[in-house]
Amino acid sequence: MATPRSAASRLLQNRAFLWLCLIATNLAILALAILLISIVWQGWSTLDGDFLAQRASRKPENAGILVPLLGSVWVCAICGLVALPLGVGTAIYLEEFARRTRFTRFVQTNILNLAGVPSIVYGILGLTAFARMFGVFGVGADAGIQLGDQDSLFYLRLPFGSSVLAGGLTLMLVILPIVIISTQEALRAIPPSLRSGSLALGATTWQTVWGMTLPAAVPGIMTGSILAMSRAIGESAPLLVVGSALFLMATPNNLMSDFSVLPLQIFNWAQRPQAGFHDLAASAIIVQLIVLLAFNGVAVFIRQKLQKPLL
Amino acid sequence: MADLTRLGRPKSVAVRRFRERLIVGSLAIAATFSIFVTLSILVVLARETLIFFRFPDVSLGEFFGSLEWNPLLGAEKHFGIWPLVSGTLLVTVIAASIALPIGLVTAIYLSEYAGARVRAVLKPALEILAGIPTVVYGFFALMFITPALQKLNPALESLGTPESPVSFGGYNALAAGIAMGIMILPIVCSLSEDALRAVPRALRDGAFALGGTRFDVSAKVVVPAALSGIVAAFLLAISRAIGETMIVALAAGGLARLTANPTNEVQTMTGYMAQIFGGDAPAGSVEYQSSYAVGATLFCITFLLTMLGQYILRRFREEYD
Repeated sequence: MATPRSAASRLLQNRAFLWLCLIATNLAILALAILLISIVWQGWSTLDGDFLAQRASRKPENAGILVPLLGSVWVCAICGLVALPLGVGTAIYLEEFARRTRFTRFVQTNILNLAGVPSIVYGILGLTAFARMFGVFGVGADAGIQLGDQDSLFYLRLPFGSSVLAGGLTLMLVILPIVIISTQEALRAIPPSLRSGSLALGATTWQTVWGMTLPAAVPGIMTGSILAMSRAIGESAPLLVVGSALFLMATPNNLMSDFSVLPLQIFNWAQRPQAGFHDLAASAIIVQLIVLLAFNGVAVFIRQKLQKPLL
Repeated sequence: MADLTRLGRPKSVAVRRFRERLIVGSLAIAATFSIFVTLSILVVLARETLIFFRFPDVSLGEFFGSLEWNPLLGAEKHFGIWPLVSGTLLVTVIAASIALPIGLVTAIYLSEYAGARVRAVLKPALEILAGIPTVVYGFFALMFITPALQKLNPALESLGTPESPVSFGGYNALAAGIAMGIMILPIVCSLSEDALRAVPRALRDGAFALGGTRFDVSAKVVVPAALSGIVAAFLLAISRAIGETMIVALAAGGLARLTANPTNEVQTMTGYMAQIFGGDAPAGSVEYQSSYAVGATLFCITFLLTMLGQYILRRFREEYD
C-alpha cells in the first residue's frame, strides 16, 4: 500500500477540486448566458406585433410567424389530447393493476427502450403509419377516402397525408414514453399506506386508484406532463420527416390542413442565405423560449405549491 | 335528518365488478399500445430497408464494405454507410468530451459540495438548458459558435497542408459538436446527480469519520458507489447525441466523408435523413429508400446503447439498504 499522503496535500487537493467544480459549473451557466444573450441580441429588433401577425413572405420584413405559431398550437393540442390519456392509463395499469409478470417486465423494458429511440425514427414511423397508412388506401395525392367538405371543420381523409393530425399523432409517439415514465414515478411516490387504507374500507382497486392514489399523484403527473408537452413544442425532426409545409400561407382550419410549426420555421429561416431571415429566426426563437419558459414556470409552480408531503 | 336517498343506492357487486373489468381492460389495452409502437417501428424499418436493398446498384456488401456515400452527387452512386457513421461518431465524440467531464464534475459539486443557495440558482439554469429545443442549439452553432471558431482560422493555417487544410468553414463538425455538448450536458448532470444522491449518507459519514476530505469522500466512496448510474447516464447522453438531428442538420453540413478533422464539414446519419426527408429526393427513388436503411442503422445503434445502459444499471447496481 502506498504511504498515506500528508493532510496538507489532501486538503490542497480538495481545494483544487473545489475550484475545478466552480469552473465547470460556471462554464455551464456561461454557455446558457451566451446562448440567451446572443439570440436576444440578434432577434430583439425584429420582434414586434407585426411579426406575430404576419404570414410567410419572400421578403424578411414582411414575414411573420402567425401560421407556424397556430400550427404548433394545433399539433401540440392533438399530441397532448392523445398522449396524456394513453400515457397516464398505461402508467396506472403498470403501477396499480398489473402483477409483476414476465410480460409486464417486458412492457416496462420496452417503454424504457422507446424513450431512447431517436425522434427522427418516430418521424419515419409517423410518415408510414399516419401520413401514408402503410399504403393500404393507395399511394399518391388523390388516392384514398375523403369524408366531408374540404373546408369544414370535420373534413377527414384517409390516409391522413402530411396533415396537422398526422403531425400531432407523430409527436404523440415521441412524448408517450416520457409521459408514461413520469406518471409512473409520480404514482410510485404515493405511500402504500394510502392504498391500504382505502382497500381496507372495502374499496375495489379501481375505486382506490380513482379516489385516493390518482388525486394524490395529480401534481406529480401534471408536472411530468407539462415537461413532456414542452418537449413536444420544441420537437422538430419528426415533423420534418412527416412533411410539414415550408412555405404556407393558410392557418389550419381542420385536422387535415397542411401544417408548419415554430421550430421548423426557425430551421427553415436559419438555412436561408439572407441575413434578414437569420434575424427572424432569432426572433422566432425568442417567442419559442418565452412559451417554453411559461410552461416550465407552471410546472415549477405546481411542484412547489400543490405538492404537499404525504405521510 | 340527513337525506339518505341522495347518497344513491349502493351498486351491486356484479355491476361494480363489470365496471372494474371494463376499466382494467381498457388500461391494459393502453399498456399494450407501447408494444405495438415498437413492433411498428421494427416492421416499417425492416420493410423499407428491404426495398432499398432490392435496388439493382445496392448490396449489403457495399453498404457495410464501401467507404463512399454519395447518393446525391456524382455519376456513380455509392452507398457505404461508414462516412455517415464516422461523421456521427466525430460529432458525438466532441460532444461527449465536453459534456461528460463537465457534467460529472457539476453533478459532484451539486450533490456533495453545493449549499442550498447555489442549488437554487444552478438547478433551474440546468433545467432551462434541458428545455431549450434542439433547433435553437443548431441556430446557436451556426450563427455564433461557427463565426467564433472562424476567428481562429489565421492561427490554424500553419497546421494544415494544401491537401487537407485546417480551417473552419461555414459548416464544421466542431461547432455542431460543441452545441451538442451543451445540449446533453443537463442530461449527464441531472442523471449523474440522481445516482450520486442515491448513495446512502452512512457511507459518506463513515468516510468522513476516517478523516477523509470532501474530495476523498466524493472521489473514493460516493462516485464508485454510484458508478453504474453514472455510466448509464453517460450512455443515455451519448445515445441522445447520436440520435440528435436538428443541430447537425443546421451546423455540421451535408458532405458525407471519412474524416477525423473537426474543422471539416461532415454529414451524420441523422443529418442525411433530414436532408432526404426535407425534400432533396423524390419518394420511392433509391436515394429516398437509402434513408430508411440509415434510419435502421441508427435505430440499431441507439437500441444497443439503451440496452447496454439498462444492463449496466441492473447488473452493477450497488445495493446498500
